[in-house]
Amino acid sequence: MSNVETYTTPDGRTIGAPVMEMKNITLRFGGVVAIKDISFDIREGEIRAIIGPNGAGKSSMLNVINGFYHPQEGEVLFHGKKRGPLRPYQIAAQGVARTFQNIALFKGMSTLDNIMCGRLTHSKTGMLSHVLWKGKAEREETENREKVEKIIDFLEIQTIRKTPVGRLPYGLQKRVELGRALAAEPSLLLLDEPMAGMNVEEKEDMSRFILDVNDEFGTTIALIEHDMGVVMDIADRVVVMDYGKKIGDGTPAEVQANQDVIDAYLGVAHD
Amino acid sequence: MFYREAGDFKTSYSKDEQTFPIKLDRTGYYAVMLFAFCVVPFMVNDYWASAVLLPFLIYAIAVIGLNILIGYCGQLSLGSGGFMAVGAYSSYKLMTSFPDLSMVIVILLSGLITALVGTAFGLPSLRIKGFYLAVATLAAQFFLVWLFNKVAWFYNYSASGQISAPERTIFGFYITGPNTQPAVAYLFCLAFAVGLAWVARNMTRSNTGRKWMAIRDMDIAAEIIGVNPLKAKLSAFAVSSFYIGVAGALLFSVYLGAAEVGESFGMSKSFLLVFMVIIGGLGSMFGSFAGAAFMVLLPVLLKNIMVGQLGWATDIAAHFEFVIVGLLIVIFLIVEPHGLAALWRVAKDKLRLWPFPH
Repeated sequence: MSNVETYTTPDGRTIGAPVMEMKNITLRFGGVVAIKDISFDIREGEIRAIIGPNGAGKSSMLNVINGFYHPQEGEVLFHGKKRGPLRPYQIAAQGVARTFQNIALFKGMSTLDNIMCGRLTHSKTGMLSHVLWKGKAEREETENREKVEKIIDFLEIQTIRKTPVGRLPYGLQKRVELGRALAAEPSLLLLDEPMAGMNVEEKEDMSRFILDVNDEFGTTIALIEHDMGVVMDIADRVVVMDYGKKIGDGTPAEVQANQDVIDAYLGVAHD
Repeated sequence: MFYREAGDFKTSYSKDEQTFPIKLDRTGYYAVMLFAFCVVPFMVNDYWASAVLLPFLIYAIAVIGLNILIGYCGQLSLGSGGFMAVGAYSSYKLMTSFPDLSMVIVILLSGLITALVGTAFGLPSLRIKGFYLAVATLAAQFFLVWLFNKVAWFYNYSASGQISAPERTIFGFYITGPNTQPAVAYLFCLAFAVGLAWVARNMTRSNTGRKWMAIRDMDIAAEIIGVNPLKAKLSAFAVSSFYIGVAGALLFSVYLGAAEVGESFGMSKSFLLVFMVIIGGLGSMFGSFAGAAFMVLLPVLLKNIMVGQLGWATDIAAHFEFVIVGLLIVIFLIVEPHGLAALWRVAKDKLRLWPFPH
């Protein structure tokens, strides 16, 4: 399946060419091999899940994708072009946005300002126009505000617009963080455990937002998640990792039937 | 006319983002400006100008600068005394080398020179954070004071090692030297303080400020959303040093008239500015002015009470002044760790509901 150029999902969406291709990635920290010779791709318009037991190297994989870590071996192709060792902010400028496992919002700023920060990669004004405010800076601010207000409507967080994010409950903070990532209008959105620590209702809300983002904006999404029910429901294709190695890759149904995956999650009898 | 936003409708996003969203605040701001520019100059005498108004305005400029660095960008600096010295010595060299240069340009150029120096000393911030950075900036403080003491070129080889400001005029009025009119010096400093505060406010409410605050709140997340940490931190150091340099230049040329680096721009000046920032409130424009006012006015007030009202000896009053100011700072920080700006905000929040309980 991963060799064909495009494929159609059961619900009728067409998945295009690869946005991001990981080729034989190996990442070491001294003697510890965090990721070992992993290859997979993330295709235009799909929801791609990365799963695996704790310490499998999933978050390290996301960190490789957005440039926190640089792998010792292998290469990363973005829109078919080989990507050099860029800094995270340069990769952000290319259109990769992300949320974190443990919320990484700007605590001292309001919801609105946090999401406005997501627009920084699209900023065209310099410090001199900010000094004067009137004119270019104010115009850009208004344009950004209009885009941000659409996201605020979409995520249904109008009432907390001006609340400092430090005061918000956990579930809402996760939503604001998603909003900040969406504000960048990314071509690839990375979500690191978007549903960690949530109750069933909040998980349902978050799943709905993820599906809606994919559906309405056509955003390609790669997510790490531990809740198998959610992953099997919303993901188009799943990569399974264990001890830094890839042990499975395919549709949820294929992965569920894979003996290696079952062994990794349930353990193998030693007799 | 109650203090609230009800009935004050905003029909555009720019109106929603103005500095004073509540009408009474706007009116109050214009009233204060009118009073400061049109009434105070006619009332001001030499005592008020030199004991209260000039130091308040000049320190307010420096505190805004330091607040940009500490309060908005989260980079702790203890080198501001040294940077003020850079501003002061630059203005001295500029005034003596180019006697015809307008004072406005002299002050602004001094700021720019300080910005360059500050950026250079900000380079360690790319590697180290927090207390470690504070210690690194302390090196700037010691180095700069040593430099201005050691290299005689900076004080034009004067025998005393002091620098003293030559007489300069603006629009025909003396603003430096012994013939300075208090009202003119006051207006000169006020124009700088108001203009620079306006510029700082514009920067902090736009993307420049968001980049700084993103770095302050979480530098890793800031990098992920596309903030270049190198540019953000160094621009904060540059802007902050510009403000501190302008303040240093004004302090020397308009206020003190003569200065010796170790005495006027020593370690204690750096700490004084940090106190002002913390007492005023981190990351607040109002707090910058409030902090400067608090630290300038309180000693004057105490002195007037103890010497003027109670009739104590001057030296005892001076000692007690230290005790009381120190004590008040401690008590104050326990009661409201976020500074005067937070108190002001709480008061305004209460006022928005008054006279109803909810």
